[in-house]
Amino acid sequence: MSSPLIQLKSVSKSFADKTILQNISMTVNRGEITTLIGPNGAGKSSLARLILGLITPDFGDITRSDDLVIGYMPQKIHIDPTLPISTHRFLQLANASHEDCYKALEKVGIPDVKHTPLHKLSGGEMQRALLARAILRQPNLLILDEPVQGVDFNGQNELYELIGELRSSLNCGIVMVSHDLHLVMSATDHVICLNHHICCQGKPEQVTQDPAYLDIFGETALYNHRHNHQHSLEGKVLDADGKHQHGEGCQHD
Amino acid sequence: MIDFLLYALLAGIGVAAVAGPLGCFVVWRRMAYFGDTLAHSALLGVAMGVLLNIDLGIAVALICLLMALGLVALEQQEILALDTLLGILSHASLAAGLVVISLLSDVRVDLMSLLFGDLLSVTKADLMVIYIGAVIAILLLATLWKSLINITVEAELAAVEGVNVARVRTALMVITALVIAIAMKIVGVLLITALLIIPAATARRISSTPESMAVIASLLAMLSVVSGLATSWYIDTPAGPSIVISATLLFCLSLSCKQKG
Repeated sequence: MSSPLIQLKSVSKSFADKTILQNISMTVNRGEITTLIGPNGAGKSSLARLILGLITPDFGDITRSDDLVIGYMPQKIHIDPTLPISTHRFLQLANASHEDCYKALEKVGIPDVKHTPLHKLSGGEMQRALLARAILRQPNLLILDEPVQGVDFNGQNELYELIGELRSSLNCGIVMVSHDLHLVMSATDHVICLNHHICCQGKPEQVTQDPAYLDIFGETALYNHRHNHQHSLEGKVLDADGKHQHGEGCQHD
Repeated sequence: MIDFLLYALLAGIGVAAVAGPLGCFVVWRRMAYFGDTLAHSALLGVAMGVLLNIDLGIAVALICLLMALGLVALEQQEILALDTLLGILSHASLAAGLVVISLLSDVRVDLMSLLFGDLLSVTKADLMVIYIGAVIAILLLATLWKSLINITVEAELAAVEGVNVARVRTALMVITALVIAIAMKIVGVLLITALLIIPAATARRISSTPESMAVIASLLAMLSVVSGLATSWYIDTPAGPSIVISATLLFCLSLSCKQKG
């Protein structure tokens, strides 16, 4: 097996006096989809930005593979309508040729919007355009921050399917950020549940065997998520009695 | 043609050429208020230049640059909203400039020409400075064009793709400070932002790519300079405000065009 794409060892990050991420260790391998889930403000995007190298950790180490090329799909981009830029031109900003841009648009299923101004794309088209730009650099690691944001239910399913296809066609590792538990589980190999620290992680349950279940949900599997602990309103870890319980290696109060 | 009129025309066209593309970035990046604040601080630059006996253009460019870098640092704070902060700095620096200039009793400074421009007094030396400044600014914009567009669309995406966002942003600040220093002579500190944003806003209606918008904005700014100067010549109006009025009329005309892309 080839070396991991990226490896985080006991990484911590604070902003101002607030600890956003504490003692995070994770590994991303080629061809593997890792999903970060957790409530709003749990540090999911910060973790993605650490992996991207946009911010540096206060403590801990991040080891990147020598041949690492990252494709990034940001959470949401705001295009000011005063900037006249076509979707095709937007893709070209990634230093790609006409031909490659066209192919990328075809790959994500929106070949017809290449002349459409970026600010006129629908929610689903915009997410696909962002995905097209992310794959243009022939990445071996894709970081997707809330890739189905602003997309309707059917569109979400299609996007997750597309992401699964991209994983096999590019043979890349994927780190996906999501706050919805249900949809994303079927399209992932490894789940990390994050709330400033790693609450739990592992393979999503294999629930897709029941034919009746498949009839209702198609290829979408409902993930049964069971925490071994609960969180207080501030996000602190509580045990069943409501008392604080420290995870392994936790240093906080 | 009479020399001073020719100089005025050439100076105005030189500034207009660079005001087009820079103005587009001011519009795209929503920096209008930011530009105003820098322009107002230019008056303080004039005062410092007179006090320290250095070239006024250089003094203005330096003060604008310091102000710009200070603003970038202040952007990070969370005490006040950015527009409030800009409002405070903008007017405080304008007031400070006015007060310091009034204290320089042994030097006579023509305040009106600083505030509203004095295009008809442009000398051969001024013309040189304006063209050197404009050429540097245009070359910088052209070199960094793709990166500038990239960080304007989405800075983090650009950073992941290898653009040095901080460096490109700083370069844009330097260019803005430079253009304010050379445009002050043309339209004065109070109207500089108008020369930047009005032609760009007009150009938006009839452009479908960033490049065409930049070029059209330049051409519209030049047209405004020529017609403003003509108005000033024939009916004896102040040149700077006449240029701004011309630009505004062109903008009003453009509203009848169907918006492109």
